[in-house]
Amino acid sequence: MTAPLPISLHVNGERVDAQVLPRLNLADFLREHLKLTGTHVGCEHGVCGACTVRVNGQIVRSCLMLAVQTHCALVETIEGLSDSGEIADLQAAFRDRNALQCGFCTPGMLIAAQDLLIQEQEPDRERIREHLSGNYCRCTGYQAIIDAVETTARARRGR
Amino acid sequence: MTSSPAKPETLSVLDRPNSYIGKVVPRPNLERLMQGRGLYVSDMELPRMAHVVFVRSPHAHAEIVEIDASAAKRMPGVTAIVTGEELAAVITPWVGVLSHLKGLKSAPQHAIAIGRVRWQGEAVAAVVATNRAVAEDAAEHVVVKYRELEPVTDMRTALDPEMPVIHPLLGDNLAFERTLDAGTVDAAFAGSDEIVEANFVFGRHTGVTLEPRAVVADWNAAEARLTIYQGTQAPHMVQNIAALHLGLEESQVRVVCKDVGGSFGIKVHIYADEMATYALAKLLRRPIKFVADRVESFNTDIHARDHRCKGRIGVKRDGTIMAFEIDDLTGIGPYSMYPRTSAIEANQVVNLVGGPYVTKNYRARARVVFQNKNVMCQYRAVGHPIACSVTEGLVDLAASKIGMDPVAIRRRNLIADDAYPCASPSGLRFELLSHHAAMNKLMAMMNYDALRAEQAALRSKNIHRGIGIASFIEVTNPSAAFYGVGGAKISSQDGVAVRLDAQGSVICQTSITEQGQGSESLTAQIVGSVLGVSMARVRVILGDTDHTPYGGGTWASRGAGIGGEAALQAAKILRENILDVAAAILQSSPTVLDIADNAIVNASDGAPRIELRELARIVYFRPDTLPPGIQPELMATRHFVPREYPFAFTNGVQASWLEVDTDTGFVKLLRHWVVEDCGTLINPQLVDEQIRGGVVQGLGAALFEKCIYDERGQLTNANMADYLVPMSGEMPDIDVGHVASPTAETELGAKGAGEAGTAGAAAAVANAVNDALKPFGATITEIPLTPQIILTALKQI
Amino acid sequence: MKASAFSYARATSVGNAIELLVANGERAKVLSGGQSLMPAMNLRLVAPELIVDIGDLTELRGITVRTNTLTIGALTRHVDLLKSSDIAAHAPLLTDAVAHVAHPAIRNRGTIGGSLAHADPASELPACMVALNASIIAHGPAGERLIPAKDFFIGIYETALSPQELLVAIELPVAAKNSAHFFCEFARRHGDYAIIGLATQAIVENGQLTDFRPAYFSVGDRPQLAKAADRLTKTAITPALLSEASKALSEELDAPEDQQASSSMRRHLAKVLLRRCVSALLDRPDLSGGSP
Repeated sequence: MTAPLPISLHVNGERVDAQVLPRLNLADFLREHLKLTGTHVGCEHGVCGACTVRVNGQIVRSCLMLAVQTHCALVETIEGLSDSGEIADLQAAFRDRNALQCGFCTPGMLIAAQDLLIQEQEPDRERIREHLSGNYCRCTGYQAIIDAVETTARARRGR
Repeated sequence: MTSSPAKPETLSVLDRPNSYIGKVVPRPNLERLMQGRGLYVSDMELPRMAHVVFVRSPHAHAEIVEIDASAAKRMPGVTAIVTGEELAAVITPWVGVLSHLKGLKSAPQHAIAIGRVRWQGEAVAAVVATNRAVAEDAAEHVVVKYRELEPVTDMRTALDPEMPVIHPLLGDNLAFERTLDAGTVDAAFAGSDEIVEANFVFGRHTGVTLEPRAVVADWNAAEARLTIYQGTQAPHMVQNIAALHLGLEESQVRVVCKDVGGSFGIKVHIYADEMATYALAKLLRRPIKFVADRVESFNTDIHARDHRCKGRIGVKRDGTIMAFEIDDLTGIGPYSMYPRTSAIEANQVVNLVGGPYVTKNYRARARVVFQNKNVMCQYRAVGHPIACSVTEGLVDLAASKIGMDPVAIRRRNLIADDAYPCASPSGLRFELLSHHAAMNKLMAMMNYDALRAEQAALRSKNIHRGIGIASFIEVTNPSAAFYGVGGAKISSQDGVAVRLDAQGSVICQTSITEQGQGSESLTAQIVGSVLGVSMARVRVILGDTDHTPYGGGTWASRGAGIGGEAALQAAKILRENILDVAAAILQSSPTVLDIADNAIVNASDGAPRIELRELARIVYFRPDTLPPGIQPELMATRHFVPREYPFAFTNGVQASWLEVDTDTGFVKLLRHWVVEDCGTLINPQLVDEQIRGGVVQGLGAALFEKCIYDERGQLTNANMADYLVPMSGEMPDIDVGHVASPTAETELGAKGAGEAGTAGAAAAVANAVNDALKPFGATITEIPLTPQIILTALKQI
Repeated sequence: MKASAFSYARATSVGNAIELLVANGERAKVLSGGQSLMPAMNLRLVAPELIVDIGDLTELRGITVRTNTLTIGALTRHVDLLKSSDIAAHAPLLTDAVAHVAHPAIRNRGTIGGSLAHADPASELPACMVALNASIIAHGPAGERLIPAKDFFIGIYETALSPQELLVAIELPVAAKNSAHFFCEFARRHGDYAIIGLATQAIVENGQLTDFRPAYFSVGDRPQLAKAADRLTKTAITPALLSEASKALSEELDAPEDQQASSSMRRHLAKVLLRRCVSALLDRPDLSGGSP
């Protein structure tokens, strides 16, 4: 019996009520049901990081969560983090440093980088590389991303 | 109309005030990508769209005895299940050969296999359903009976008489063979003081684009028109091929490229499952979406660089390189890819070995053999990494043999910077390169002597670091010599149409395409510079065969050099047209006017005369106020094709500094340098980032990436945990410098830069590892350099 | 790939979870963090008919310290272990080890109970449990039982848990005052499964080791406590003795061959790890170099 189950959650601050099949993962729920396609699917086995979102304030692989597990949860996607302005300075640094090329890894990368910046005030380059080591990028070779995160950390410290 | 070279009295676009050329400016299309508001094909939804999943062969080589889809067809949500035979009524097969690759042979390939499967992962049936999950459920219920056949899985034995011939009608498993004999090779080896030989082995690997291949094909039966949404690098090529094989006119096919999540050549080829998707849309009269999942990608995206190359170098004691010789063997899949062929990579290897060096003595043989493995074809830098690794590896071996420093031997043998134009023994024509200037710059950037001293000091403490150098040449801006001459309908020219709109902003349509390298930005930068319009007012439209000029697209590092020149020339004409109208409005002469900061100004003192916005208003809405007889033309189109040189060669040199843990075999990449010469830099930051990204792909090849097949032709590491791509934790910072030798063939002077990083990175790393291991007398000529290979070479295991 | 269809039940209590497991047997799988189960399901390597989600069972969360025992609830996430001052104080081996588990996003969901029940021979925490002499607490229809870690892991993805049992907590002795720990793994990239690794804790007194429990992982079908360690306890360690112990270790380990490493390479790396471990525990740089 795999009938749809009701879930009620908040996505980017907005209340969402839905009926979902148990096997629907959070990434597909966001993309296909809510049309929030900024969360990308790159592997579906939890390795590439393209699907990274925030659930209850913590970064997770949305391809490794079931939508039914987000009942009563607060989910934030790249669209929400962009609209709230929370990562505006990080996005500006990415733009100025060209820390993205095709852009497919970028939503997950920004969310993972912001996660580091929230937890640590002065991450050095090695620490940044370590925290982002679960987000695959094929285009940039990573250096520009590390530069942009480092610049943002420095600027936030200066505030 | 042909475009003529720059008149000497006209200010070159590179000298114009407020020129964007050579400037670091942010790309205009970044906001939407950073907000997650891009539109990738994998994001697309159309009304009544269905999803296709392919039932794929688990065997590398087998007869298809029977396909029973009866149970699957009854499952809810299933629209159709289609076999190869059924689809053959809609789409014809193809053969991946080109006439200029003499002797290249291949067999017809169908969109879905008929009768036989020839690699593990080849599609045998298409399941179309309401969503991907349901289609996968149904695919599990399609019962396929196979009769297994012996697979050909070792390139070294593929031509042995007792091995099965994959395509009996072809006679044997040899797809292509090429030989070259230049200069007097035997005499050169006889005259050498030392001869070194080595067997170079390269791990087959693949692109791993983060967005997998994705297609949405939409056949509108009422309009009899097919719209293909695909992240292809060459939309006009896809248009031509889809039309050809579906029995349509090209005008009935529109190809649209949205945002593309990475390509690197993976998405420039014609894939059977994508052709099947187009055919299914026509057959089922509704939009069909195909998105390869990651496992499918590993099994069916083109692989590349599966080579075993015997190399030989002769050298005199004074360091003079006398001759190069190679015997290269590569094992592709069961088909030569369409339409670019799977012989190009080997052909490039033959062309490029020894390229940076003066010796005229060079002999080569390359053979391409079929195997029952996934198909193989062009991936970023094509044959360059092989040729560079073999050449630079041999040069280092020669240096070692005669006790010469690796930089010294290169300085002795690299073509002099004032020796141009000249040609290589393989017939490559070089317009202007800068091997020595690049090497000098590299030495300064990396402080070579200081690193050598550090290496020596650490060696005494049992810490083993190595320096590896790799000089390289790179093919860019190809003319029709690459594909067109062989009969491929792949355009080697590109076009740009620019117009001033009714508000005085600029709209450009270009036939090059964008996959993240900055095609949109470079076009806007050039047009903005030539026209005197700010970039914020320039909108670029690309990736749509209905709405752009006809062109080749972006591949082989041609977008900036060819598409950029077309943009420049088109903008020059539009500028002239605008000044003609301005002169009429201002009762002046075009020769005393210019355009700057979005306005017509006096050429002499820059004083603004009339805003472009106002000029546009008059032209579009008040032409009655213009002097009699004037017919304003605020749109211009120019195409560009390289005519003089078949390829615009660039050059560069790379260096790797690394440490080998001789206990564990692990390599730590400490730093990497690239000095590159691609002529005029339109946006230095974008060029440097292309180089960095390319380098890291080469580092992946050097240390991590390998498609591991077993002897039965099964790909055993088709997932992101077992196939190792470079992640941020293991990659070094990469310093990039430039020398500039513009090409005289264009006013822009830009050559290509997209593949330079990948061309030389693995060679530099391999040389560095061997340099680090010198005290142990170990030499390794195989990549990826895994800890196991290193420990074995060190005789630790 | 998309997971096959399944039914879903959210357990309301440990008892309720066990009822569901008893009623459904092998058709059901427990979902805690999902970081191992979900990839397997997405790849259709497993296709359970019922998922029993224990994510709501707050009674399975939490870390408590009582005199000599540390108790870790099964739903304690890797990130909780990493950030816990109790773990840092009383089981610092775990703080070190869990930093090597995958990546931050995985650690925010993955649980210790899930990791131990999954019993991947290449994972870090099972070896840590063996090294720390932990006990696994399981709840079943017959009640609660304590299973010593060394008896808990019995094969690849195989544990002593019956299909109707739920792993509810882990108990381990609080680290002694004079104990030291060592954790090291060789992995191709940050967060990858290790080619081989070593987790250990020992008492260090007067330059000698006692209660030395080096547990290797990724060397077989389960974590292996190296018996060769006995040669190095309660004695002064010389390079010659260490070499002897290394040789015994190499003979003792039945290291598998796979894509990452041959058997001989694993055994070689095991020796390197032993050397580095002993050198670190005793703060004896003279023992870290030389051939193993």
